[in-house]
Amino acid sequence: MKEPMELLKEELIFIDIEAKDREEAIEKMAKELYKREYVKESYINAILDREKVFPTGLPTEEVGVAIPHTDAIHVKKGAMAIGVLKNPVVFQMMGMPEENVNVNIIFMMALDEPKGQIEMLQKLMSIFQDKSILLKMRQAKTKEEIMKSFSNAI
Amino acid sequence: MAKILVACGTGICTSTMAADKLKKELEKRGKAGNVSITQCKVAELSAKAADYDLIVATTQVSSKISTPVISGLPFLTGVGIDKVVDEVIEKLNL
Repeated sequence: MKEPMELLKEELIFIDIEAKDREEAIEKMAKELYKREYVKESYINAILDREKVFPTGLPTEEVGVAIPHTDAIHVKKGAMAIGVLKNPVVFQMMGMPEENVNVNIIFMMALDEPKGQIEMLQKLMSIFQDKSILLKMRQAKTKEEIMKSFSNAI
Repeated sequence: MAKILVACGTGICTSTMAADKLKKELEKRGKAGNVSITQCKVAELSAKAADYDLIVATTQVSSKISTPVISGLPFLTGVGIDKVVDEVIEKLNL
């Protein structure tokens, strides 16, 4: 079992991402994961395709988030990228594709072992349920601030 | 024993999150003892659904499935979680 902080790497935190739509935002982050050899090249199209079939936008209390991810076969080593968008982009809502969510923060997951990442998933959920952490992350100016908000979550 | 099947696109990501939270919420209310929770991919639902009493899904589910379906989103976002747990308890007569 991997510790949550082990999966979150400073090199995978991106602030002020400029993207005109969700495809561009997802592609930018997926390419960074590929460039750093966390995922195979096939991950980029796989995650874009999967978002169309199974959208991942989640409306939390204050800040819209999205958790794009895809099957483990496209992943080399488990990781999570966090991207804070300069301006929100529209995602379709998970389970209700007819609804839109304005997303400010993208948590892109590269899951490599089906059961091994429950701690990180639990941590993510506690972050989604704490608007003060999400607001802090949205306003963060540095990667350190994001890391800190993340590690301070229960 | 009431059987709940939690489904998502891959069967490993959001279903894990929802199943974990659902279990904790049922424990909090002292209702976890008579419930078993299983996870699967939404693509497996048509083959598996009939063996379960309730489906919790984070994706859309085909209307052909006759087992009752509840949205798993509140387990991920926390928004409306008490209401959805009430619904689970009511549907399963826990």
